[in-house]
Amino acid sequence: MPVFMSRSLVRVVLACALAVLALPPAAQARTEIHFWHAMTGALGEALETQAKQFNDSQGEYEIKPLRKGSYPETLTAAIAAYRQKNPPHIVQVFEVGTQTMMLSGAVYPVHELMQQNEIKIDWNDFIKPVVGYYTKDGKLYSMPYNSSTPILYYNKDAFKKAGLDPEKPPKTWSEVEAYSKKILAAGAAKCGFSTSWPSWTMVENMHATHDQPFATKNNGFGGVEGVELLINREFGQKHVAALAAWQKENIYSYGGRGGAADPKFMSGDCAILIQSSAVISGFTKAVKHEWGTAELPHWGAPYKKATSIIGGATLWVLKGKPQAEYRGVARFLEFLAKPENQMWWHVNTGYLAISNTAVRNLEQGYHFVKNPKQYTAFAQLTGLPPTPPAAMKDKKAAPVKAERVATPNSSGLRLGNFVQIRDVIESELENVFAGKKPAKQGLDDAVAKSNALLKEFAATNK
Amino acid sequence: MKRTVFPNRWLPYLLVLPQVAVTIVFFFWPAANSLYLSAFKSPPFGGAGIFVGLQNFVALLTDPEYYESVVNSFVFSGGVTAVSVVAGLVVATLANQKIRGLGIYRTMLLWPYGIAPAVAGIIFLFIFHPAYGILPYFLSFVTAYEFNWLLKGWVAMALVIGATAWTHVGYNIAFFLAGLQAIPTSVMEAASVDGASPVRRFTAIIVPLISPVTFYLVVVNMVSSFFGSFGVIHAVTHGGPGGATEIMVYKLWKDGFIGLNLGSSAAQSVLLMGLVIGMTMLQFRFAEKKVTY
Repeated sequence: MPVFMSRSLVRVVLACALAVLALPPAAQARTEIHFWHAMTGALGEALETQAKQFNDSQGEYEIKPLRKGSYPETLTAAIAAYRQKNPPHIVQVFEVGTQTMMLSGAVYPVHELMQQNEIKIDWNDFIKPVVGYYTKDGKLYSMPYNSSTPILYYNKDAFKKAGLDPEKPPKTWSEVEAYSKKILAAGAAKCGFSTSWPSWTMVENMHATHDQPFATKNNGFGGVEGVELLINREFGQKHVAALAAWQKENIYSYGGRGGAADPKFMSGDCAILIQSSAVISGFTKAVKHEWGTAELPHWGAPYKKATSIIGGATLWVLKGKPQAEYRGVARFLEFLAKPENQMWWHVNTGYLAISNTAVRNLEQGYHFVKNPKQYTAFAQLTGLPPTPPAAMKDKKAAPVKAERVATPNSSGLRLGNFVQIRDVIESELENVFAGKKPAKQGLDDAVAKSNALLKEFAATNK
Repeated sequence: MKRTVFPNRWLPYLLVLPQVAVTIVFFFWPAANSLYLSAFKSPPFGGAGIFVGLQNFVALLTDPEYYESVVNSFVFSGGVTAVSVVAGLVVATLANQKIRGLGIYRTMLLWPYGIAPAVAGIIFLFIFHPAYGILPYFLSFVTAYEFNWLLKGWVAMALVIGATAWTHVGYNIAFFLAGLQAIPTSVMEAASVDGASPVRRFTAIIVPLISPVTFYLVVVNMVSSFFGSFGVIHAVTHGGPGGATEIMVYKLWKDGFIGLNLGSSAAQSVLLMGLVIGMTMLQFRFAEKKVTY
């Protein structure tokens, strides 16, 4: 043992000495760029790999990723650091924090950063529903990074057991109801469907995909003052009342907030789950039964069929660092915007590739034909038909007719205090599903409380 | 009481200085800061706040949701205190008997106290979760009633009370054991000789004799469940469902750190501080009279 110890010690010392000698002098003077994020597990590993790829691609800058906890914890940490005048260069903020960040006065807008560093990125090449969420007055404020949209997951084994066609997922809510009843009757599952991120999937995206306004002033895009929620109108009531009724019959089974409902689908308890498209890679590894994806169910006429809205996070550049260091930040964002890196990120995480070039390249590589599950979110977000274009002539996709329309109601939400508003909405949904309040009253209360929060935000951010 | 006389006029002040300094830095200074912050609406990223006087307090005191969190706090800390003090006394009495392997039992009884609240919360989450918990699975064979705390507020409250009481109970056992061992055996033997049953001995002798310990534990459990029970709630219910387990300290944290509403959060901490100080004073004023030292 002692012999071995000393030998290995010698090796370590030698290795260190060699490493020091081998390092090019420039590498020691690399400028560090601090990047705070909230990605865990496989997603965190992908992020670190991507940072490493950038670091290896040039010698001047070094991205230092640091996980700071959940999205809200990361934001809180960045705010505290900013107040102490020592912020990270880049912080990952979830989509509901957008308005807070835009009005904070603490950010270096991405379009400005790129312009001042003379880096040209063709933002028109990026998917509208993604870039639009983070754009103000035609200018992009933060760098879209991990974007996803809710889709429907279904258990093909349970469908077979219930005598349903496993290749025909439900397209409408009445089909969800009918299929769930069949599944329950056949004993193929304990509950029909469940939902993760209740406010995002069942309120925000249901309003968007049915072309219903979520809030006044163009969903908040038209200003801060006087914005009010509209989710207690006819459509919102209809949908939440239906969920509450289904909850009683186990057609719907409320599974909690965030991703808390995922185990219900993974274990086979619920045959259908509505959750972010970003869990595809996780489910591929962990779910034992056969499963497929489909677009969000729709209530049909008289509502229009509109595109869905995104979730996820973007990268915000914070002020307060030496000007020279921002060149490195700009270079990193440029790196992330490149089609090949977009493709890498999509394939390795399941988040959307968001530049049209990247998507075209993926199509030409038959990626979507081989991985149709990853096409669902893309189709729903852009309005294209849900099946990937199989035949391509001369490396060009055959022209297809859009199935969903993009409307102002489906282009995103921009609300202050949105984190709390989501909390209010989910609290009231819980009251409704528990039978404590009828749908109308729950939604009325949610709107009243949210409007107070919006007013508060407007007063603080004049 | 013996009076200590210091030869040097300044030495006593020097000796209490560290304590006073710690109290100032970790209590008075942040408390004063909260008081100051509570009069402003502050933008989260810093910069000039807007002076609003008592508006943050008025907003809270006219908000029915705030009163819900106050009621929740009393239910929660009352529940935790009752469960953990009663369970602590019962277990300590049992552990005060002469049984084989007593040392091992006593040591093991203290373990839960060493568990961080967040970890205790996660343990309870895995046992009780409606989707993947082991207990609901077994309960489903016994009863058709669904203990789904994702939707049923009282189940959620019972769960967080149970988890928190579990972490407190070891601490209570330690104090009760010490109290029980201080009771002279001659008193107990005399009662036995007089023919008092074990229950009678417990109620007539043990309970009054350990009342100082009980009083201390009630105060400490109350205060610590008002202030320090954040971890369990954050790990298990996040204050839900529908705000049913949102106690004052959780709402304060949520409004301040998730909602970035620092003014309201500071106002809440001032109110919470006042409430706990008032409650502790009341306890000393009234309950202490019933305590025999």
